[in-house]
Amino acid sequence: MLKVQDINLFYGAIQALRNINFHVQPGEIVSLIGANGAGKSSILNAISGVHTISSGEILFEDQSIKKLPPFRLVGMGLSQVPEGRRVFAKMSVHENLEMGAFTRSDTPGIDLDMERIFAHFPRLKERRKQLAGTLSGGEQQMLAMGRAMMSRPKLLMMDEPSMGLSPLLVQEIFDIIREINQEGTTILLVEQNAQMALSLAHRAYVLETGRIIKSGAGQALMQDEDVRKAYLGG
Amino acid sequence: MNLFLNQLINGLHVGSIYALIALGYTMVYGIVKLINFAHGDIIMVGAYTAVIVLMTLGWSAPVALLAAVVVCVIFGVLIERIAYKPLRNSPRISSLITAIGVSMLLQNAALLIFGAQPQPFPTVLNIEPIKLNGIQISFVTLLTVGISAVLMILLQGFVIGSKAGKAMRAASEDYTTAQLMGINVNTTITLTFAIGCALAGIGSFLFCMAYPAVSPTMGSLPGLKAFIAAVLGGIGIIPGAMLGGFVMGVAESLTKAYISTTMSDAVVYGILILVLLVKPTGLLGKTTSEKV
Ligand SMILES: Nc1ncnc2c1ncn2[C@@H]1O[C@H](COP(=O)(O)OP(=O)(O)OP(=O)(O)O)[C@@H](O)[C@H]1O
Ligand SMILES: [Mg+2]
Repeated sequence: MLKVQDINLFYGAIQALRNINFHVQPGEIVSLIGANGAGKSSILNAISGVHTISSGEILFEDQSIKKLPPFRLVGMGLSQVPEGRRVFAKMSVHENLEMGAFTRSDTPGIDLDMERIFAHFPRLKERRKQLAGTLSGGEQQMLAMGRAMMSRPKLLMMDEPSMGLSPLLVQEIFDIIREINQEGTTILLVEQNAQMALSLAHRAYVLETGRIIKSGAGQALMQDEDVRKAYLGG
Repeated sequence: MNLFLNQLINGLHVGSIYALIALGYTMVYGIVKLINFAHGDIIMVGAYTAVIVLMTLGWSAPVALLAAVVVCVIFGVLIERIAYKPLRNSPRISSLITAIGVSMLLQNAALLIFGAQPQPFPTVLNIEPIKLNGIQISFVTLLTVGISAVLMILLQGFVIGSKAGKAMRAASEDYTTAQLMGINVNTTITLTFAIGCALAGIGSFLFCMAYPAVSPTMGSLPGLKAFIAAVLGGIGIIPGAMLGGFVMGVAESLTKAYISTTMSDAVVYGILILVLLVKPTGLLGKTTSEKV
């Protein structure tokens, strides 16, 4: 579904990504784990076109997307939950969800999906008229996820959904990610919370200073000596 | 009392023109964070367009108004595409200086084409003022305030209710994330400039009906005042620009009547400074505490 081939990304003179290769198959949950500054967000932003890669190729459903502007990808079925949620603070919960469905015009389908999202996140339904900026951090994360789901993506990319959330809420968010995946959405998950990300993922990649240093099944990586030392606290 | 009411009405008259122009500043600032210093000169562009249509071509006022709006929109959109868009990722100061440059370019081009001599704007409406218990309201005033009010209500409805309006608000808040929603932010920015300049075109026509002299630099002062109105109300906030416009107009007109004509600008700037000292974000500005 998604193939990332040998991409390099620079911010000025700084090289953030070095020959990154990985792929995501339909139906999978794939996790990218790595420390701060490893380049996880850079990968997602390169895929979504927010940053332009200097070399390499990105294929989404066998079509090259490396030159497409970000707004074109949503209609193709690629959606991103950005790092730090980035909800539209001065817009209501309902309007934020509407923005997620910006590329769609099938009103009945949009309403249906909104109900589906409210079923996943009942707290958003209670607060649908509230301004997004007044939601709690956890609620904002739910909104950011719901908003990205409103475009009915084939591939949903999430950048650190667990950031700043209590362990209980992290568990809840990860359960929902699994549900979304079981409903048929492929997921590319970027996480610092390696424990959670690996236990959820079918496959995972470990990123260090802009390079992929390991890959494998989520469970297998959890047993890996180096990964345990570096990311799972022993 | 009658003097006061008459001046209040005059204030609303100029204030509504300031408000229309201020909307262009505030909407553009909201989305690209640029003070479009050329916006005042769009007024001049609209005014010359109207004069040409009315005097040279001898067509009717509604056609002249329409032409002014169309030409203003074209200028605004072209200026954005040619001068501002290439600098969108450059430091803010570069765009600001470019905006000043565009303003000078427009003024000097007009000077070259039309000369420095102000041209009279013809009387397009000759209707008796309405008299009510000693208060006199000119028809132009009624028309100006009425048109402005309708336009502002329409604009508010558009921004709050329509899909394009919501995209505009989303892009104003977070440019990158708006793109991740599938919003073509370039289109949204073009639309913002177009709406701002359409309002300036109408504002220009109404301004010329009140002050019928058209010259290359005629846009500077109303442009500056509208900019102040936008800052006064809270730059980037649409109802703020409307409120700011009316406050400016009324303050100016009351100062002229009760203090002195020459003091009116000083009072207006004084109000701006006072408001910004007390509330740096402007009258309707909020210092939002955003959770992260
Ligand atoms: N816009 C930018 N300009 C310059 N350098 C950047 C930019 N964005 C990221 N970088 C640099 O690129 C490197 C990778 O950053 P990136 O945001 O991809 O890391 P990350 O793995 O997502 O980290 P975190 O877990 O902290 O979010 C870092 O060294 C960062 O400083
Ligand atoms: Mg990151």
